[in-house]
Formats: sequence, structure tokens, C-alpha cells
Amino acid sequence: MEQFAQNHTQDTPSDLLVKMENVSFSHGSRVILDGIDIEIPRGKVTTIMGPSGTGKTTALRLITGQLMPNAGTVLVDGQNVPELARQPLFELRKRMGMMFQTGALFSDLSVFENVAFPLREHTDLPESMIRDIVVMKLQAVGLRGARQLMPSELSGGMSRRVALARTIALDPMMIMYDEPFTGQDPITVGVIMQLIRKLNDSLGLTSIIVSHDVAEVSRISDRLYIIDGGKVEASGSPQTLEESKSEWVQQFLNGRPDGPAKFHYPAKDYAEDLFTL
Amino acid sequence: MNGFLSAISGLGRKVISSIERMGRGQIFLFHTIMSTGVIFKEFSLLVKQMHSVGVLSIQIIAVSGLTVGMVLSLQGYNTLVDFGAEQSLGQMVALSLVREMGPVLTALLFAGRAGSALTAEIGLMKVTEQLPAMEIMAVDPYRKIIAPRFYAGLISMPLLAAIFSAIGVLGGYLVGVELLGVDSGAFWSQMQSKVGFYEDIVNGVIKSIVFGLVVTWIAVYEGHDAAPTTEGVSRATTRTVVNSAFAVLGLDFILTALMFGGA
Repeated sequence: MEQFAQNHTQDTPSDLLVKMENVSFSHGSRVILDGIDIEIPRGKVTTIMGPSGTGKTTALRLITGQLMPNAGTVLVDGQNVPELARQPLFELRKRMGMMFQTGALFSDLSVFENVAFPLREHTDLPESMIRDIVVMKLQAVGLRGARQLMPSELSGGMSRRVALARTIALDPMMIMYDEPFTGQDPITVGVIMQLIRKLNDSLGLTSIIVSHDVAEVSRISDRLYIIDGGKVEASGSPQTLEESKSEWVQQFLNGRPDGPAKFHYPAKDYAEDLFTL
Repeated sequence: MNGFLSAISGLGRKVISSIERMGRGQIFLFHTIMSTGVIFKEFSLLVKQMHSVGVLSIQIIAVSGLTVGMVLSLQGYNTLVDFGAEQSLGQMVALSLVREMGPVLTALLFAGRAGSALTAEIGLMKVTEQLPAMEIMAVDPYRKIIAPRFYAGLISMPLLAAIFSAIGVLGGYLVGVELLGVDSGAFWSQMQSKVGFYEDIVNGVIKSIVFGLVVTWIAVYEGHDAAPTTEGVSRATTRTVVNSAFAVLGLDFILTALMFGGA
């Protein structure tokens, strides 16, 4: 593993909101994460990148306590998530937000009700105040005028923006974004990128993005982690990774089809394969 | 020898997997029952689901009840008339419906109409990440999604079975009295005197409650346990209908033996 952690070593424990230490996770006999260490500093945008199926989303699910690691600790704001009982875990989750790849809006609720949902569930605010908060959150994502629409009437990009408004409804300390740019047009990608950075800075959040859109996340991230084969291959600022001497990192960042990560699935010799009866 | 061993180990895996699923299903039911409080706190959730599960099933239940009652009456008349006992048609139609046809056919129709819809709805919530999103928002899906649907099914099923039987009796009356000429007074009085409240109606209601519990349990569990893919939801929906049918027919025999076996 190549470490480019110039800022990394300067973080004190209180600067870190999330600290995954020697975390392993397997699904049956398949090892997804193999002793990874990830540190997420407070107030920053950190991106976890890597090829498809390398355990990026699994890392997020370990942070939220949806999955339990086979080994290691997952500290979120000083609490070890795998050891939390259901109630403390739910209390911790109230301070987390997650924007899913599909938006995950409740299909039987309008845009307004989707954003109001966490407020109705976790607060006793009067209806007038809930309305004001929802309008403000929708204004922040530019969809105040779409509050009466149903999720089926929204485009993919609008769904994600509504999901983002719902995520910030309770003013969380941290937001996780699972593949926020996948399948979106360039304008929507630009809008979502701007929103992630703007919300992070203006609301004093900590953001974790899981993505393999190298160009996009490099522009808005303070720190990148690249994982492959269940291990952290490289980490550091976007600039340090761009200057990396690692062939694998360069292949990944520049999208080269062949290199240390092979184009061909392991197979016997091609000529032998063709001429074998 | 190797083939034999792999067949044995394959069988063992299937048995273990089935037992594991049954265990998960029971833990699921426990969590659902532990979330009962929500139906009192948020009564509107229950009402909404009763509309979706119960009210929207009335049409198929009513039409089926009417046709089953009419067929029962027609077939029963042809048999009873040979013995000069056609005046007992009302009793025969009512007992068949209240004891057996009402609860069993309603449960089978309920599994096909409402059970499959419940499984597909919950399964699709998994596919579209609505259930995980709810968990991340620190909202318990058992409380918000599962329990209201479970209790809506449990309450709706006996009511639907009652509607099925009542409309079935009317169907029997239409064919027996209006079409075939059985005496109207005999039809109703035979029914009134021979259908017992406790041994027939209450037992029928008990059956429909048991079937309602089992069918709705299977439906919501299969949805919750479905693999979050289109194929996974499709398989889960099929399992709901098939497993519900087996469970209802098997339980019907056991309940009938317990209720009427010694009579």
C-alpha cells in the first residue's frame, strides 16, 4: 500500500469524526474488506474511491451500523458502532445522513412530506415550523417550487436533490453520499457537486462520498481513499494522488484499460485455448 | 459414491436453510409483535393499510363469494332433490360456507390479491433502498412499515371471510329459491335452526383469524426477506402465494380435525 498521508498524521483524535481501524468484513467466504484503516476528519469532504465491487458501499454501511465487521473497530464521534445497542445506535443515526444512489425517496409521499418525514418522526415541532424548515431545506437544493410533486414526477437528479434536502432536515453532523453522480447528466453532476461542497462548508458538516467518478470527486474532495481488493491502496489529497508514482493509482485515476489491474480475466494461454479441440 | 455424498450434503444444506428461514421468520414475527404499539399511536397507518389490504380486496371476495354460493346451491340441490331433502338447501349452503369455503377460499384469494401485493410492495421498498433509508433515519421499519401491514391483514381477513360467506348465502338463495324454486321460508328457517353460533360461526371465525395471521405473516416476511433485485421480488411474491396456499390447506385440515373431528 502506498500512503500519501501528509495531512493524515497531523489529525488528532478529536479532529477525526470517523476512524475505522483494522476493519475486516466478509460475505460468506468472500472477503470484502481486509483490515482497512480509514480516517475521516471533521468538517472535510472525504471520498472513498475504487473499482466496482471493492467494498466502498460496505464501508459506508459499517459506519452506519447496517453491517457488523468481522474484526476491527468503527469509531463514529468516539462511539464504537459495532458495540452499540439498538437505541444508542438509533440516537447516533439521528446525527448522520445518507444520500442513496437511487435517492430512496418514499414513493407514496410527496416531495414536501419526504423532507418533513424525519422532522415528524424525531421532533414535536408544530406544523407551521415543520413547513418553514422544509421550505428552507428545499430552497437550499433549489426545489422549493417542486414541493407538491410526487417522486414519480421527478427526474433522477431532482430525486437526489430532494433526498439531500431530506438528509439535511435534522441538521446532521455528517452526510454520506453513495455514488451521487452515477447516471446523471453533466448539469446535474455539476449541481450535485456544488451542493455537496456548499452544504459541507456552510453547515459545518463532514461529508463522505463513495464514488468512482475520479474527475468530479477530485474537484470537491479534501482527501481521497482508493481501495481495491479489500485494502486501502492509496490515500491523501487529490493533488498528492495525482502525483503518485504508483502504476495502479495512475491506471485508476486516468482510466487506463490495462495495467496492474488486468483487462483480461485470468485464463489459460489464448493460442492454446483456440487450438484445443 | 461422490455423487451420493453430494446429494446427501445438498439435502442437508436445504434442510438447514429451511430451518434457518423458519427461525428468521419467527424472530421477524417477534419483532413485529413487539412493534404493536404503533397501531395505537399512529392509527392512521393502520387505517391506510386496511384500505389497501382489506377494502380493495372486497370486490374479488364479493364476486367469488356470490359465484361459490350459486354453484354450491346448484350442486347441492341436484343431490338433495334425489332424497327429497331440497328444503335443507339453506342449511347445506350456510354450513359449507361458514365452516369451510368462507375461511379457506377467502384466505387463498387474500393471499393472491393482498398477500402478493404486500410482498411486492415491501420487496420493492428494499430494491429502491427505502427500507435502508428509513433505518439510517433512525426510524424502525418494523414500526412504520411491517406492523401496520401485518395487523391490517390480521383484522381484514376475518371481515373478508364474513363478507364472502354472507354474499355466498345470498348467491345460494338466488339460485336455490329464485331459480330452482326451493321454499324461501324453508331455506332460511333450516339455516337458522341448524347453523350453531359457537360450533359453526365462531369456529369459522377462529379459522379465518388463524389463516389471516399466517398469510399476512408469510406475505410481510417474504417481502422483508426478499433479495433486493427484480428477480428476488418476483421469487418472493411467488413464494408468498405458494407457501400461503400450502399453509392454509394444511392448517385447515388440522383445525377442522380439532373442531369437528370428534363430533
